[in-house]
Amino acid sequence: MSEIILKVENLQASVSGQQVVEDVSFEVPAVGITALLGRNGVGKSSTIKGILGLYQRQGNIIFDGQPIQGLLTHQIVQLGIGYVPEDREIFSKLSVEENLRIAERDKNPNRRYVAELFPDIEARKAQTGGSLSGGQQQMVSLARALINSNKLLLVDEPTKGLAPKIVTEVAVALEEASKTVPMLLVEQNLEVVRRLAEDVIVLDAGKVVYTGKAKTLLADEALTQRLLGVHSEGA
Amino acid sequence: MDTIILLTITGVGLGSIYFLVASGLSLIYGLMHVLNFAHGVFLSFGGYIGYEVARIIGIETWTGFVTACIAGALAGGAFALLTELLLIRRLYNRHIEQVLITVGLALAAVALFGGIWGHDSIPLFGPEWLRGTTGMLGVDVPNKNFIMILGAALVLIGLQLFLHKTRYGMIIRAGVENRSMVTALGIDVRKSFALVFTIGGIVAGFGGVMASYYFNYISPSLGQSLLIFAFIVTVIGGLGSIGGAAVASVLVAILQQFANYYVFGTGDVVVVVLLAVVLLVKPTGLLGKKA
Ligand SMILES: Nc1ncnc2c1ncn2[C@@H]1O[C@H](COP(=O)(O)OP(=O)(O)OP(=O)(O)O)[C@@H](O)[C@H]1O
Ligand SMILES: [Mg+2]
Repeated sequence: MSEIILKVENLQASVSGQQVVEDVSFEVPAVGITALLGRNGVGKSSTIKGILGLYQRQGNIIFDGQPIQGLLTHQIVQLGIGYVPEDREIFSKLSVEENLRIAERDKNPNRRYVAELFPDIEARKAQTGGSLSGGQQQMVSLARALINSNKLLLVDEPTKGLAPKIVTEVAVALEEASKTVPMLLVEQNLEVVRRLAEDVIVLDAGKVVYTGKAKTLLADEALTQRLLGVHSEGA
Repeated sequence: MDTIILLTITGVGLGSIYFLVASGLSLIYGLMHVLNFAHGVFLSFGGYIGYEVARIIGIETWTGFVTACIAGALAGGAFALLTELLLIRRLYNRHIEQVLITVGLALAAVALFGGIWGHDSIPLFGPEWLRGTTGMLGVDVPNKNFIMILGAALVLIGLQLFLHKTRYGMIIRAGVENRSMVTALGIDVRKSFALVFTIGGIVAGFGGVMASYYFNYISPSLGQSLLIFAFIVTVIGGLGSIGGAAVASVLVAILQQFANYYVFGTGDVVVVVLLAVVLLVKPTGLLGKKA
């Protein structure tokens, strides 16, 4: 039960010569959803990009028992990581179908599963990515990560800027996905965190300031307020 | 009216040559963010190899011309592939150095071609028909224009089929849009760098043979002199857009022809003005991606 899929030790990351992750260490269990929290600009996205090698980084990163800090991004991903970036980053000039096809790494991609999870996307295969609504783009971005059988998903703010109804749809999809694959989830919406996450890691100014159970953190109004600058109440 | 028709058709013919240079340039920049100043070298090299091959088979025969086109394309592709593997790849993500090395290569190659084939232009005349004219809409259109247009059209169709019907083509289109996301999907995008360079070289090498039959000479700097217009075409069309390069090539060449004829040979000036206008009004180019 306490198996670890990802272990990050003393991660530092920089972009354009500026250090954006100071010193981050944490572990992600091999089951369930672990939330990575923190105020705006503390380095959550940069931490994920550092893990993936999209930003220059130092430190030890062990994925599935294997050090990956020396590998290139595509090699890391090929080990079995699905990435859903903060701003969806679907290819606007490619069709929805192509957006999915380009993401396929497995011999037998989970086409059916993705189609069932996102019927709306299935019906819009010929449309270009750029012509989709924000919510639909997020579905495509999630579908790209779920179409392969991964060992870990890195999901960065999947509900950002979405209408409440779509937020729920995304949360349902994530919950469904988490039954088969562990996930490191960056999420500002504490209601979603409460519903999905088992463990939480909180960053502040490029460092980890809290790790523990999601329930424990969210139950502590004062702590949540101090760490995240928001009220957990009503969430 | 006759003049207008003639200028338009010859404009499209000249634009076809621009397109053969600009399409590869645009793809390479779009995907790799490398401004390839050596692109004209691929063209000249293709032109010279094509010339050598045609000399053996017969410059004035159609077989000679077609074989020269194939040989020129292969030569341009090989030169470009080696350039990517030996020079560009080592400077991955160091764009300034990459640009500098292409400038250096261009200078060196032009000197090398001069050493091998002489610094003066070599005159070159193709098959009889290519040198003649055909009456069309009441004007005598030089036949070579039709061949240039045909060649460019085949390349345009071929490139679009490749880009839209193959997995590598899809990866290249995606990479032009967002390269880091392509790698984040587990794809080694560097493999397509060599491919894009090779394709650009093939098209330029083919263009070198076409250009030498169009201008009726080949010289060490032929490619580099066309490169200037190709850069302008690429920027106007939108970096990374093949369709944009096609439209802009024809636009630039027609404008050039008209200005040369009607406004005291100011074709080159007008093209630069057009470039300035496009940069001011739509900096991403006519069909370019959003910045
Ligand atoms: N590409 C970049 N260029 C320059 N600075 C960057 C870049 N990416 C991140 N940063 C800086 O690094 C810091 C951390 O940014 P990051 O995006 O990781 O924060 P975050 O926790 O994900 O924030 P948010 O909640 O707003 O998404 C910020 O100060 C940001 O300005
Ligand atoms: Mg972020």
